[in-house]
Amino acid sequence: MSFVANSYRLQNGGQIDRQKPLNFSFNGDVYSGFEGDTLASALLANRVTMLSRSFKYHRPRGIFSAGEEEPNALLEIGQGARREPSCRAPMVPLREGLVARSQNGWPSLGFDVGRSIDYSHALWPAGFYNKTFKWPSWHSWEEIVRRMAGLGRPLTEADPDHYEQVNAHCDLLIVGGGPTGLAAALVAGRAGLRVMLVDQNESFGGVLNWEPYQLDGADAGQWVQSVADELASLAHVTLLPRTTVAGSYDHNVTTLLQRSSGSGWRECYWTVRPRQVLLAAGAIEQGMIFPENDRPGIMLAGAVRDYLHRYAVVPGEKVVIAANNDTAYQTALDLHQAGITVSAVVDGRVQIDAERKQQLQALGIELLAGARIAGTRGDKALREIQIEQMDGIQLGRKSCDLLAVSGGWSPRVHLFSHARGSLKFDVNSQSFHPDRLPKDFSVVGSANGTVGLAECWSETVRATEAICASLGRKAADLKLPVIDQAPVESAQVSHLAVNSRKKRQWIDLAHDVTFGDAELAVREGYVSVEHFKRYTTTGMSVDQGKTGNLNAFIALGALTGRETGSVGTTTFRPPYMPVTLSAIAAPYNGKFFAPRRLLPAHTVHQQLNGAFDDFAGWQRPECYPRVGETEQQAIQREALAVRHGVGVFDNSPIGKIEVRGPHAAEFLNRFYINNVLTLKTGKVRYGLMLNENGIIIDDGVFVRLAENHFLVHTTSGGAARITEMMEEWLQCEWPGMQVLLDDTTTQWANFTVAGPAARELLTRLGTDIDISADTLPHMSAACGQVMGLDARVVRVSFSGELSFEINIPARHAAAFLQAVLLQGEDLGITPYGIESLMVLRLEKGYLHLGSDTDGTSTPDDVGWGVVAREKATDYIGKRSLFRPANLDENRQQLVGLAPADASQPLEPGAHLLLGENRQVPARTDGWVTSACYSPNLKRPIALGVLAGGSRRMGEIVTVIDEQKRYHARVVEMVQFDKGNERLKS
Amino acid sequence: MLRINCPWCGTRDQNEFRNGGEATVLRPADPQSASDDEWADYLFYRNNVKGVHQERWLHSFGCRQWFIATRDTVTHEFVDTHPLPVATGLGKV
Repeated sequence: MSFVANSYRLQNGGQIDRQKPLNFSFNGDVYSGFEGDTLASALLANRVTMLSRSFKYHRPRGIFSAGEEEPNALLEIGQGARREPSCRAPMVPLREGLVARSQNGWPSLGFDVGRSIDYSHALWPAGFYNKTFKWPSWHSWEEIVRRMAGLGRPLTEADPDHYEQVNAHCDLLIVGGGPTGLAAALVAGRAGLRVMLVDQNESFGGVLNWEPYQLDGADAGQWVQSVADELASLAHVTLLPRTTVAGSYDHNVTTLLQRSSGSGWRECYWTVRPRQVLLAAGAIEQGMIFPENDRPGIMLAGAVRDYLHRYAVVPGEKVVIAANNDTAYQTALDLHQAGITVSAVVDGRVQIDAERKQQLQALGIELLAGARIAGTRGDKALREIQIEQMDGIQLGRKSCDLLAVSGGWSPRVHLFSHARGSLKFDVNSQSFHPDRLPKDFSVVGSANGTVGLAECWSETVRATEAICASLGRKAADLKLPVIDQAPVESAQVSHLAVNSRKKRQWIDLAHDVTFGDAELAVREGYVSVEHFKRYTTTGMSVDQGKTGNLNAFIALGALTGRETGSVGTTTFRPPYMPVTLSAIAAPYNGKFFAPRRLLPAHTVHQQLNGAFDDFAGWQRPECYPRVGETEQQAIQREALAVRHGVGVFDNSPIGKIEVRGPHAAEFLNRFYINNVLTLKTGKVRYGLMLNENGIIIDDGVFVRLAENHFLVHTTSGGAARITEMMEEWLQCEWPGMQVLLDDTTTQWANFTVAGPAARELLTRLGTDIDISADTLPHMSAACGQVMGLDARVVRVSFSGELSFEINIPARHAAAFLQAVLLQGEDLGITPYGIESLMVLRLEKGYLHLGSDTDGTSTPDDVGWGVVAREKATDYIGKRSLFRPANLDENRQQLVGLAPADASQPLEPGAHLLLGENRQVPARTDGWVTSACYSPNLKRPIALGVLAGGSRRMGEIVTVIDEQKRYHARVVEMVQFDKGNERLKS
Repeated sequence: MLRINCPWCGTRDQNEFRNGGEATVLRPADPQSASDDEWADYLFYRNNVKGVHQERWLHSFGCRQWFIATRDTVTHEFVDTHPLPVATGLGKV
């Protein structure tokens, strides 16, 4: 025995730096490890072999593997806002001061109340919660079940760390930096390809780091170092250690998650677009199915070698090996060499290779062929195993604290499956291998099911040369080292029968799924592999079944009398490993979450105390509250001021599409329900645009600036969308039309000066345009100068007042607005916001798209049916207006509404029922779409949609506003200045 | 994410583009004389080919040009992309 005192660390060996001790804590106790350790190896070295409680049964669990496939040792790392749940202990590099905690035991890992579930496990079979927690409802149990079954606590604080994102291109992305990946990188790198070599471990070398290879008469590490050095010297080769490939998507787009080795950023999320992908990701060792195969101290045989060679740790003193293949024998040889006694190898096969027998015999290790494990004992640590012959004859017990198991090796085909490669079952190795390759995607080495380093290398060189040739490069011959010593390399795996047992046999450790659950699923008819998976939840934990899926196929095959291979596989989906949401979200956080568009005079609005909100991406003032004023009071004041003096409204986001060319009028005539051809130069018309289904998609005025030059005003949110729609028709349907479209929305600021004193104010600002009512009447426009600036003045009104929309170059917006406020001071100039404008337009009964219309509204529904139907020429959506559903006279149509009791305001969203004395529940006949208190009429006003509303003028309807019921009268939409005298003044 | 070869700009990521559906949909020459069924066929019914078909794409965040792509709807492989045909005349709505 050669352990350091009180530890499982050997006196010598390993790739750790014994000169650099590191202190860390686990569940509050302080331990020490070395630079080069992982959290798993350091805990094992300290004889901490029980790390967690299982997901469902709260059974004690230890470390099962040495890699990312770990199903048991999921720990919480870090504190405060940097606490990270469900970290795989073998993948956490040890660092000074690291704080780790187990996450599924309460009140403590050692004494867990949740263990009662284990003692009463017969009550909780697969799917028990679907059957049990139905009364009174699942939700009354959900919180308890979630607390019992949780896997770590989510963070509640904001992530304090910085994350990066990188977009990259390369010729060849190599996944896996083991011997095959390194060889491929050498071939491709020397041939001049832009190569990216990715490995999830801290350094390259893969299996060469944890198996006893000797190359060219030296430790394999020397070859790894020389190759890594050469690759690092090649400018067109990018080396990415500590990087996990998360997913492979269409056209080889691949995502990577890189962990930082230093400070500055924590993780970097890569999106790579390689021309070719080479998967050299190796294989994952599988466990074995036998009774009580989940105890701490039961570990993959390859993981035992890994902890021995990399960290000089052997987590046991009395070791037994159980296997169905030759590779596990290497564990016996390596442990013996390290001075650890292996008392027996239990092999399910009857025929054992002569060389293997000889090796064990030479070392005095007992070989039990044709035998298997029949049971285990030991609660928080393995104490003893029961062995039996395959035919059931008991062979007795063996005292043991480490049971190394190997059920064969399963190629890491996950990315290959993401890329939609198909798999085939390989009987010899009892695992799924790549079959049909996706385009521009190759697989080599043990990821391809190939066995033996020499074979893997020659396959890799061939594949990489073919890749080079396909990308027009000539690969030079690669001289690979001589393999002087290699571990036992064998692909042959025997299928061992599994059968029903009284004691539980785990098939998925991470999700606590047993063979008994599989039996229940099959008994209840879930024999399709996809149904089976969902019923038992096997493979659905955070490890995604990396050591559980194959077991599930074996169990399902055994229970349904099928070969494992004919059971089929479930679908591997990205990500291969969990990806931090912060890394995916990296730059799109906080104020960068979505673009915020600011008005060109934003600073002036701030000075005016604008109450900003988001309107279709624009930050716009709803109103401008004065000191001591609520927003509602401000809105009422502003709406009054516009009708009695003059107001100014920043309308800059309004869409401004310029349409030019000899066919401009004909072009626009095909979009509007209104006639564009008859519009005279200098005149303005209001129009509606439909989609081909006859649904209103935008409204606004269009201006004929010149014979072949139009200005199309769209809604503020519609500018980009309408421009794109116009472009589609122009380019795809009418490419012969000579029309140029230009979305100038952000080039022009637009200020509406509205109210009885608007003309006086515009005159004071100074303009060379004749703005008299005769020369520039309502619905006309003129170009000229205002305040010395190039301006387009359009006389339209959304407020119902005398109104000038003044377009000036956006860069002068702030100065212009300040001038308006100064010049209008003695006229009572009042800046008004969107909510105030909404009051004004509602008084006038003007339609507001998106409030009063939705994705079902047609021109008929808003009072434009006659115009739309009677237009002589065709336009987009016209034909749809004649479809039966659009001719139904009971469609919901826009109407004005007035409450029967004027003290009872109407609420937007309240439902309408025809008739006065209606009972609920009932099918709705419409609803209130817009409503406010009118300061000018001094009563509540509203618009709403109502079934057959256009012929119901004067009718009383019932309003259902949540718990309240009251009545309203159908009235005209326009309720203020019905003769439109004001806007024409 | 698809990689799409814009005939004007070269190969770019899918998120620069917008798919415009099947390129072979024909608008009835005289909509007012089309039956409701014919009009519904134009509005709603698509071939939904399993395999290679032609579709419209817009390079929205690039040259803003529409083009025609020949794509395999099973493998997502782009067989070809080419500009829209040059045409004269005003066409009809």
